[in-house]
Amino acid sequence: MDRRLNPDELLRRVQAEERREKRGRLKVFLGYAPRVGKSLRMFDEGRRRRERGQDVVVAAAQDKVTDDVHQLVSKFEAIPQLGGAIDLASVFRRHPATCLIDALAYDNPAGSRNAQRWQDVGEILDQGIGVITALNVHHIREQQDEVERITGKRAARSVPEAFLREADEIEVVDTPADTRELAELRELALLVAADVVDHQLQAYLECHGVTAHWGTQERILVCLTARSDAEAMLKSGHRNARRFHGALLAAYVEQDGLKPEEREKIAQHLALARELGAEVHCLKSGDFVSAIIDLAHRERITQLFLGHTQRQHSPIEKLLDAADEFDIRLFPHGEQK
Amino acid sequence: MSTGRLKVYLGYAAGVGKTYRMLEEAQALKAKGVDIVIGYFEPHGRADTIAMTNGLETVPRRRIQYGGSVFEEMDTDAVLRRKPHTALVDEFAHSNIPGSGREKRWQDVHTLLQAGIDVLTTMNVQHLESLNDQVWHVTGVRVRETIPDWVVDEADEVVLVDLTPRALRNRIERGAVYAPEKARRAMENFFTEANLSALRELAMRHTAHEVEEKLFPPKPGERILICLTGNPSSANLIRRGKRVADYLQADCLAVHVALPGETDGAVARHMNFARNLRIQTHVIEGDEIARTIAEFAHTQRVTQIFMGRSGPRPWWKRFGETVVQQVVRQARDLQITIVAERRR
Repeated sequence: MDRRLNPDELLRRVQAEERREKRGRLKVFLGYAPRVGKSLRMFDEGRRRRERGQDVVVAAAQDKVTDDVHQLVSKFEAIPQLGGAIDLASVFRRHPATCLIDALAYDNPAGSRNAQRWQDVGEILDQGIGVITALNVHHIREQQDEVERITGKRAARSVPEAFLREADEIEVVDTPADTRELAELRELALLVAADVVDHQLQAYLECHGVTAHWGTQERILVCLTARSDAEAMLKSGHRNARRFHGALLAAYVEQDGLKPEEREKIAQHLALARELGAEVHCLKSGDFVSAIIDLAHRERITQLFLGHTQRQHSPIEKLLDAADEFDIRLFPHGEQK
Repeated sequence: MSTGRLKVYLGYAAGVGKTYRMLEEAQALKAKGVDIVIGYFEPHGRADTIAMTNGLETVPRRRIQYGGSVFEEMDTDAVLRRKPHTALVDEFAHSNIPGSGREKRWQDVHTLLQAGIDVLTTMNVQHLESLNDQVWHVTGVRVRETIPDWVVDEADEVVLVDLTPRALRNRIERGAVYAPEKARRAMENFFTEANLSALRELAMRHTAHEVEEKLFPPKPGERILICLTGNPSSANLIRRGKRVADYLQADCLAVHVALPGETDGAVARHMNFARNLRIQTHVIEGDEIARTIAEFAHTQRVTQIFMGRSGPRPWWKRFGETVVQQVVRQARDLQITIVAERRR
């Protein structure tokens, strides 16, 4: 199924590609805690690039580092910081191929050109200079609630996840975790990285005109009708999506001739779906089956949740015939329990 | 004697640096005075990796004659006799040449663990049995050498070895992974950017899953029943049902309803496959398939039934109900999952 782009989307895509071509490449090493070896990996990559003849300089290093990191850093040309922030003017003048910038989550001192270091990095990339940097999962803005739940603490500095998604490459620095708390952070870092990779994969496929329904992530779609036991289906969908670290969607195909109490029921189901964090789709179509199948393909659904039916000519048969990309799970109706 | 600890370096393709990372750890352990040997190491002609073996003791491989050629495998008995604290065993998913004693390398590794030897090993995510269909769907490659998921779940540690697809493709282009002709073919076929990204995402999600399994030990609750037949799609059905059961931490059982007097080699193979994945299997005789399944599900307190689709039917049977339709009608109080065939 090919999704045609409208002229505006096409223009935006071309502009984004042009911008991307002129921009420096950003590579981020993502870790789940301090001292898992992000800095070492970052400077080691810089060393390897330099050995291959690339012009690599250090624009920001941390004060407290292990001996092996210190040894690596000392072998690079460094552009000294200016008043506690990256000296952007000097970086632009020096114009290396790649800048090494440790600690992406960093607040610049008051009065600096940008409030935060990731904004500096954005400007450096705009000049066509590549950047390699390191980031801890604590510092991703959208993950801070989750990190606080795990650790009870909240980092003061943060980087928006959107900035991470713009990175050309993200690499996970994974090591075994000693404590339960670290293990939970480790899992979080792996899942954030998987989401970034998924996002980039979809962008890549779209960019190359491929629409593949590749299910590396479980995506569950709950079909709501007035008669279905929506609560059981949505709660199960929610639990399944959470266990699989997948996505939960809910769809309702508008029907004519519903009684007021049925309308009321549907409204309740949709409210519950939203409460459980589902992405809700209300579809206007005369044909239930094709509306659901279109949505399922578009959203790369891997599991479709549907109520059992009593009727003679049920849509289940038609769905089974038409859908070979996803599993169909039938749920009992509430009153039959 | 306590069993040894198993640590798995998990990657998503050849050349991401699994063996290198494992050797780095081996060198660090040796520096700390740990008695460590190489049980099996696959050099792949990569200079930087070979250099990492410097100073490590290697147990010589065993040479095995097969089909007029000589093959080399890990000499598991020699490693057992040497009895080091830790052994390094590359390529966990490898299938041994017939005549090697054990069929699979993971079975050799189990023997070492049982003897109290710690093991470091490497594997790619696509070798996990439960991901076999998904990997085929994504890459078009049917991976032949697989490891049952429980073997990896039992590892004490699973560590992701990550490298970006771009960096991997650069390595391949520079000839650091394969010889030039093989490198070119690899880049065009399996090692495309999209394939690598998808496999990498799977590796990340699987490592996260392994971390979570250790954080939250299973609670009994859901029970999943897989309905097997002799149809080839049953293999897909088993993998999918088991994967869902694992993620939901549900019990998993399988049933086949045999017509009286029926013997079917394909069914026996599927049953064997299911048992290898640690699924409890049952064969019941009965001539009403759907009713037998529904009754069995109820007596076994099953919460979810997994079935394949009924295949295409000849026109003269299209007026009757399929087995799936019958089960759906007879078990309206249960969740029933009809599994996609995931064609490419």
